Amino acid sequence: MKELLRLDDITMQFGGVVAVNNLSMNVKEGEIVALIGPNGAGKTTAFNCITGVYEPTNGRIVFDGKTIITNHPSGKMQRNYAGFEADKYLGEKTLHPTPDVITKLGIARTFQNIRLFKSMTVFENVLTAMHVRAKENVFSAVFRLSWKEERRMEAETEKLLSEQGLLSHRDEIATSLPYGLQRRLEIARALATKPRLLLLDEPAAGMNPQETQELSLFIKEIKERYDLTVLMIEHHMDLVMGISDRIYVLDFGSLIAEGTPEEIQSNQRVIDAYLGVAEDV
Amino acid sequence: MAEFFHQNLSYFLSGISVGGQYALIAIGYTMVYGILRLINFAHGDVFMCAGLIMVYLSASLPFVISVPLVLVFTVALGFIIERVAYRPLRSAPRMSVMISAIGVSYLLQNAALYFTGGLAKVYPALPWLSDSVVIFGASTRMVTIVTPFLTVVLVILLTLLIKHTKIGMAMRAVSRDFETSQLMGIRINRVISITFMIGSLLAAVASLLYFTNYASVTPTSGSMPGLKAFVAAVFGGIGSIPGAVIGAFIIGICENIIKGGASIFGIPGSGWTTFSDAFTFAFLIVILVVKPTGLFGEKSVDKV
Amino acid sequence: MDRAKKNHLIRIFVAIAVVYLAVLVLEFTLRPTSILFTVLRKGAIYSLVAVSMNLLNGFTGLFSLGQAGFMLLGAYTYAIFTMPVSVKESERVYRYYECIVGFDTGSFVGLIAAGLVAAFFAFLIGLPVLRLKSDYLAIATLGFAEIIRAIFQWDVLGPLTNGANLLREYKDLSRITLPFTDIPFPPTLFVFIVAGVCILLIVLLINSSFGRAFKAIRDDETAAEAMGINLFKHKELSFVISSFFAGVSGALLAAFQYTVQAQQFESMMTYEILLIVVIGGIGSISGSCIASFLYIALSEWWLRGLDMGKFLGISAPDLFRSGFRRLVFSVIIMVIVLFFSKGIMGDKELSFERMKAFVKRAGRKKKETAK
Repeated sequence: MKELLRLDDITMQFGGVVAVNNLSMNVKEGEIVALIGPNGAGKTTAFNCITGVYEPTNGRIVFDGKTIITNHPSGKMQRNYAGFEADKYLGEKTLHPTPDVITKLGIARTFQNIRLFKSMTVFENVLTAMHVRAKENVFSAVFRLSWKEERRMEAETEKLLSEQGLLSHRDEIATSLPYGLQRRLEIARALATKPRLLLLDEPAAGMNPQETQELSLFIKEIKERYDLTVLMIEHHMDLVMGISDRIYVLDFGSLIAEGTPEEIQSNQRVIDAYLGVAEDV
Repeated sequence: MAEFFHQNLSYFLSGISVGGQYALIAIGYTMVYGILRLINFAHGDVFMCAGLIMVYLSASLPFVISVPLVLVFTVALGFIIERVAYRPLRSAPRMSVMISAIGVSYLLQNAALYFTGGLAKVYPALPWLSDSVVIFGASTRMVTIVTPFLTVVLVILLTLLIKHTKIGMAMRAVSRDFETSQLMGIRINRVISITFMIGSLLAAVASLLYFTNYASVTPTSGSMPGLKAFVAAVFGGIGSIPGAVIGAFIIGICENIIKGGASIFGIPGSGWTTFSDAFTFAFLIVILVVKPTGLFGEKSVDKV
Repeated sequence: MDRAKKNHLIRIFVAIAVVYLAVLVLEFTLRPTSILFTVLRKGAIYSLVAVSMNLLNGFTGLFSLGQAGFMLLGAYTYAIFTMPVSVKESERVYRYYECIVGFDTGSFVGLIAAGLVAAFFAFLIGLPVLRLKSDYLAIATLGFAEIIRAIFQWDVLGPLTNGANLLREYKDLSRITLPFTDIPFPPTLFVFIVAGVCILLIVLLINSSFGRAFKAIRDDETAAEAMGINLFKHKELSFVISSFFAGVSGALLAAFQYTVQAQQFESMMTYEILLIVVIGGIGSISGSCIASFLYIALSEWWLRGLDMGKFLGISAPDLFRSGFRRLVFSVIIMVIVLFFSKGIMGDKELSFERMKAFVKRAGRKKKETAK
């Protein structure tokens, strides 16, 4: 299988705090990979590095065979730097595109604390995500010269909503939806940007066991239907063990284990660091 | 260099003096911003009101009584503004609070316009402060000499207050983390009220010094010094008191040298006078672009 | 397009046509010095600038306070462009300077140029400033407006701007003619047409794909960026377009006033426009328009008496003296800001359904009180 995403020695430091420490991992095309770890282990920070929200202190991120982000500590950061391999990426030109560029490359994400456009309806939320790929400029948009493009986007949005079972809520204000549907809408919105890789940040947070069960089916389904690769952060062990092909475990910013669900379940370090307390989570 | 300095001595002196006055106003901005993350657009107008209160009070009362009364009334004004216009909006979006601040500014200016009838009011000559003195061969007023010293003394007192008293500790806690300090049992509203009162007190002192130099008060005479003091606060790193003071002195000096000073790019000094105001803002934009956190500001990371 | 939508559009067009017809009828029946014309013209001009500010503050979530600066740019551009060469060469306007502008244009070209100059400066100033966070942006744009005001009064630029002196005798409302003729254009109608077309363009923009992107940025910058929306590009776009229309409204204001002077465009003017936007409802185009006319009607007409010593039949020259009107005004504004922060319209638009519902509700209330 082809490798779709690779992280090399990604380190993220805020002043003296090391949130992610030399994280190296990869995701192959068509896989569902989970990133797990106790609270504060640096999972969301890793997501933020991949999506361009943060500029990693050191390391390189490769997407589809192309380096999309590289950085190495310099200036004041050099002194604070607590990771390894500080000068490994010195030769490469630093590269840190803004999140919108990453999205255009084909990486879409959802957020831990749902971030829908709160003044917009369900329909508009998804339609807005279509804007990136719209073939129009301000002039043609204002004078409605690109109305065909608009129609096409609207039709595509309708199709996407009906596939996600959200069509009956089409004109409701997004934030008035029940929690589970908001999560689903956020995923639908991410799908509207036509991603190849979908990053899900705790998609099952706040869901009951039955909803979680539905979600795992849903994730599998969209993966097949849209030909996706999925990388997700999750705390629900049933969900993680049920659908992941591979799992990475983070603790205090560092990778402590990697493997199939079976391997992770029997890994002593993971049990010590994480699964031992997972019962309370 | 020495010659340049000598030629511009009087501008330099008045620069330091104006800088000290800006510093006193800037502290009000920077403290409020540190705690509420609000640009208190009305602060410059509070300063103007202090000037007007002095004009009206001194008409009938001797200075010994009117000067302390000015301080008291201005502090009360600052307290009332916070109470009426900002406190009800504590949980509202930031834009609403800023709009409210602009509304207060508009209200104070219009009130001043009504009471003064739109005329410039002559500021009373304060004894001793308005006396002329000669220093290094440049003649100036006593207030020019007094301002920087008074400013430094007040700043030291304020720093002591913030570092060593209970209320100062509460202020530091609130400015670091609003929500948590509330959970820790700090009475936020009290801290905020006191912050506004300190800011207004310093603005009142600044108005005594400033208007002694300028001799007249109009409803809009607060807006320019207010904006410049704000720029000083940004330059120093908003939230930082020493930063605001240093920023204010630099701006005061630069502005006065431009106003009176040498010919630059072949255009004589007088040609740049209109620019002394514009300079401040050009300076502001440059700072914000080059180093938005200012000289002593801290960088903050947004949570996603 | 479905039928309900079509009907809705038709009704809107009919309503607008009625308004324009009414303006035209008034123009031929009332005497030209009527106060109503002042209110209508200035109201339309303020509607345009308020809507342009709403595009930024209400729809893109950018707290910008530079509107007066862009109006100034528009007003001066218009005045300088449309002032006849003969006037420029005489000493009637440029008394202390030799005017260096050797051409003049019609009012239409002047209006477009006014918008373009404002938009160009917005583009330049936006490059550094739009990367700033909300309140820094506010202060930086406010500062920019002050710089512009200072530059236009600078005597080194006198040959272009006439220094701190007035500009006049350009194509003001009394000199605007129908295209290719010498027949004077009905002035109020002219203002209404220009402002109306501009507002229509803004409405079209807001309801386009780009308008949705603006709203997305306002609602949640991080999420918008994650949806592939380039924050800077879209903010710059909104800023430039908003400034273009602020420039056009400045030009209209210049035409309306017959004279123009940089001194007038102070930060107080921006504050006033902002407060109009707040009164109308942040994020409502029709709200901004209603609030503009209301504001102008109150300040220029209905509350006049507060300044003149006699109001609603009560005569109290000591209380009702110059400046009282503005004081009352600012108190009303504070009450709105503090207690009715949604303004007249909230973020909704005016529609027949809503008006019907409102009338019905009012009627019911009346009946209840009658009982």
